[in-house]
Amino acid sequence: MAVLKVKFTKTRRDKLAQILWILNWISVVTGVILFSLGLFLKVELKKREELMAEKDIQYVPNMLIAVGLIACAINFLGGKICYDCVDSTKFLRWKLIMLPYIVCTFFFTLCVLVGALMCYSMHWELEEALDLGLMQAMRFYKDTDMPGRCFLKHTVDTLQIQFQCCGNSGYKDWFQIQWISNRYLDMSKKEVVDRLRSNVEGKYLMDGVPFSCCNINSPRPCIQQQITNNSAHFNYEHQTEDQNLWMKGCRQALLEYYTHIMQSIGLTVLITWLFELSVLTGVRYLQTSLENVLRQGDPDSESDGWLLENSLMETARIIKSLGKSNQINTANNGDPNIDVPSTSKAHYGPDNVPPKEKMETS
Amino acid sequence: MVVMKMKFPFQKRVKLAQGLWLLSWCATVAGATTFTLGCLLKTELRRRAEVMANTDIHIVPNTLMIVGLASLGINYFASKICQDALDAGRFPRWKNFLKPYFAVSCFFTVLMLLAIIMSYAMKGSLESSLKAGLRNGIRFYKDTDTPGRCFQKQNIDRLQMEFQCCGNNDFRDWFEIQWISNRYLDFSSTEVKNRIKSNVDGRYLVDGVPFSCCNPSSPRPCIQYRLTNNSAHYNYDYQTEELNIYLRGCREALVNYYMGLMNTIGAGVLSIFLLQGSVLVSLRFLQTAMEAVAGKENTEIETEGYLLEKGVKETVMEYLDPVLTFLLLKNKVEEGTAGETTTAPA
Repeated sequence: MAVLKVKFTKTRRDKLAQILWILNWISVVTGVILFSLGLFLKVELKKREELMAEKDIQYVPNMLIAVGLIACAINFLGGKICYDCVDSTKFLRWKLIMLPYIVCTFFFTLCVLVGALMCYSMHWELEEALDLGLMQAMRFYKDTDMPGRCFLKHTVDTLQIQFQCCGNSGYKDWFQIQWISNRYLDMSKKEVVDRLRSNVEGKYLMDGVPFSCCNINSPRPCIQQQITNNSAHFNYEHQTEDQNLWMKGCRQALLEYYTHIMQSIGLTVLITWLFELSVLTGVRYLQTSLENVLRQGDPDSESDGWLLENSLMETARIIKSLGKSNQINTANNGDPNIDVPSTSKAHYGPDNVPPKEKMETS
Repeated sequence: MVVMKMKFPFQKRVKLAQGLWLLSWCATVAGATTFTLGCLLKTELRRRAEVMANTDIHIVPNTLMIVGLASLGINYFASKICQDALDAGRFPRWKNFLKPYFAVSCFFTVLMLLAIIMSYAMKGSLESSLKAGLRNGIRFYKDTDTPGRCFQKQNIDRLQMEFQCCGNNDFRDWFEIQWISNRYLDFSSTEVKNRIKSNVDGRYLVDGVPFSCCNPSSPRPCIQYRLTNNSAHYNYDYQTEELNIYLRGCREALVNYYMGLMNTIGAGVLSIFLLQGSVLVSLRFLQTAMEAVAGKENTEIETEGYLLEKGVKETVMEYLDPVLTFLLLKNKVEEGTAGETTTAPA
């Protein structure tokens, strides 16, 4: 009992082949789109790799790039096959390849689905990477004289200006690290020495933030120093003031930015997956209907197309038995002629005993 | 005295018509490009309209847009004419159309050239407009509570950060105006009172700049206040310090940006002008060559084509005469009526 059997006349088969040819070429285009989306994501992640700790998040864009390229190749081949399927003589060329092709494409569509799901799951790894990365970047903000870290100040400043954010979770993160280098601290001043002494680790901590945290939309000139000291500034209350500095943390800002990109990419990949699946279904119907036509002998006759020849249970059983026959072969070293004596303890009686003829007498 | 006479055998005429058809479609695309370039320039100028005192410079993008639209029409007709040119039956219907067509086309082509010249010539006007606009912007920086000016602070801050500039001519412009509003000054403090008293106009002037002047590429945290006081900051010499704040003035930055944009657009429009000119010249040759064929039995004879039948001066006078007589006639009628009114009461 076939799964989803559909009758195909000759014209319907031809039309199906033509439509599938066009759809395969559209799929090549979507494969190119997937490739470029993967490339775009890779570039965006690389742009800010200084702010991300060493976590392996590049696997998502790499997967997308690979999937895109394979999709192009598979659909290019599919287009060729469908183009030839209009003519039943040319179909003979592809007859043996089609079933493996369909199986491969089915597994490939599973990969596409996995790729789409990975886009959504990358969120948590990215958050961790950003948290650690931003913490490091802020710690090395002052080290503009050390090679390898001298551009971190510029990177963090432009990040805070561009994404309108301040610090890791908020502006208070800047109070906990020393972001003014010792090169610019006057060690002869009493105030500086006192502040250094009052800190356990000898760090110069202050309740101030860099200028890049300043909010452009504030109606008053930016208050960067002595932020928590209300009396230091006229008409200022730091608990209610929310327009002076950027209130959002940079981790959240970057996460929102990347999540937005990845949600769009994930949606596109899901749509591509559905499209690929429908093309695959069409190709399967085409393959089965053409095979049935060849079996019937008359190329112009009607034929049946189906997804699976037997029902799902029977197909599973067939696949299992295929696997089992492989097992039996390997037990005898592949030679069926060797007579292996029965090792079971049950006695079924001597061999070669003719069956007793039972005469039913009424 | 004919200008630029050329012989045109039949094959050359055919090739000219075909080449002209292709050329006119290229020129149509070029006309659309001109229009787009004009729109782009206008959008860019409008984006910074708050720091420009007047809109005189907008004449350049406006001209480009008009010329772009006109060239679409001109080239459409050019392609239609050259399609009909080789057909002796269809060509005569364009006869009366061609003289005004050439006049209008030459006018718009010259206008294209004028737009390019203007984009270079109006640099001074742009600069003075920006100077006045930026001066006002900086003056009203503190007025975030005055309606109509409340966005000046935002605009100036954004401008200084985007163009990496500070002040009008340079950062010292901020020393001459009060950019901290009185709302945020503690008048009970002696320091504030002294500073205000020491100023003739009673303004609170500081040798400091807003945070948007800060350079992110500086190795040290930004020094915004007491810029000219070397002893206020450790290891700091304001005469030699060049990475702390942006040293460039915003007027210079904006003028450079717009002149760069207009130079690029000007180069493109110049090539489009040459293309358009070649279309018109080819069309003129085709027209004069085909006119000689009209009425003859054998359409495949060799004819002569020329640019102008008479000399340049005579042709110009020929075109300007109707315009002048129209204007003069109007004046004569006005003078006549004025004379009548003056003679009547007499």
